[in-house]
Amino acid sequence: MNVVVIITIVCVLLMILASYFAIKTEDLVSAVIASSVVSLMASVLFLILHAPDVAMTEAAIGAGLSTVVFLIAIRKTERFEKDEEQ
Amino acid sequence: MKKPGLKKRLRVKNIFVFLIVLYFGFQMFSVISFLDLNNVKGVAKYYLENDIKDTQSANVVTSIVVNYRGFDTLGEVTVLFLAATGLGAILSGHRKVKKQKILANTMLQYGSKPLLAIVILFGAYIFIHGHLSPGGGFQGGTVIATGFLMMLLALEGYEIKHGYVKWTESLAGLTFVTVGLIGLVLLGSFLANFLPLGKVGDLFSAGVIPIIYVAVGFKVGSELTGLLDNMMGVIE
Repeated sequence: MNVVVIITIVCVLLMILASYFAIKTEDLVSAVIASSVVSLMASVLFLILHAPDVAMTEAAIGAGLSTVVFLIAIRKTERFEKDEEQ
Repeated sequence: MKKPGLKKRLRVKNIFVFLIVLYFGFQMFSVISFLDLNNVKGVAKYYLENDIKDTQSANVVTSIVVNYRGFDTLGEVTVLFLAATGLGAILSGHRKVKKQKILANTMLQYGSKPLLAIVILFGAYIFIHGHLSPGGGFQGGTVIATGFLMMLLALEGYEIKHGYVKWTESLAGLTFVTVGLIGLVLLGSFLANFLPLGKVGDLFSAGVIPIIYVAVGFKVGSELTGLLDNMMGVIE
């Protein structure tokens, strides 16, 4: 097991945890931050797979700009999810 | 009012979704793990072998995106333009900017101004060197847009001049199409490389690729800046 394999496994596990958290949490701001963590880890994975162009796009657009767009949209609407059963 | 059995149905649905995700993940894994990257075939092989000869671009990805598949990139830029325009059309007419409740502190207000210049320089570096190093018009444009986002967040009442943004965007799009049409007239195919190719690794090399990527960088940067400004402008 070299370092790259360990980094890959840590990234994938973090991505799975963050996406599960993003689905389950009722605070939309936390969900957006968690999905931006997914994008950041994905960009690290792209770098490991020797695709620096895609890694830059993912980091700039996925982790940066789309997070901001979601956050602005949340600021203008509601922060907490409503309970579906009511 | 609780519907009976909803919890149970939801749980069954969750298990079902989990199984589907597991299945597709396994399929992806089996496809990716059997890819033979040392032995590419077909179009990819052509790109890898003839890139230097055809375009003199050090970055193969750039020469595929801008030169071999330049027409697709024009479509991509058009999609982004339509998305930004659509958002602007939906949000227009609601422009009521209220005072921010919490002002940014003085350090941020004064520090953001020189930082904007550095961020724009970095974005410009990314798209000017698109044919030499990783990155290109889309990435550089996004970096520039985040610089303007910083200004919108840090300074109260910061306004982006919509006229300039629109003109920059239109001129950049026009440059892209004009370069393509010149290639069509001179060499018989859209986006053909009509400029001298130069030497691999020089800043002025790879023919029309740097020109098109600079145009794409300006276009994406101004589009995303306009989009962010449209979204920031609407506060109850």
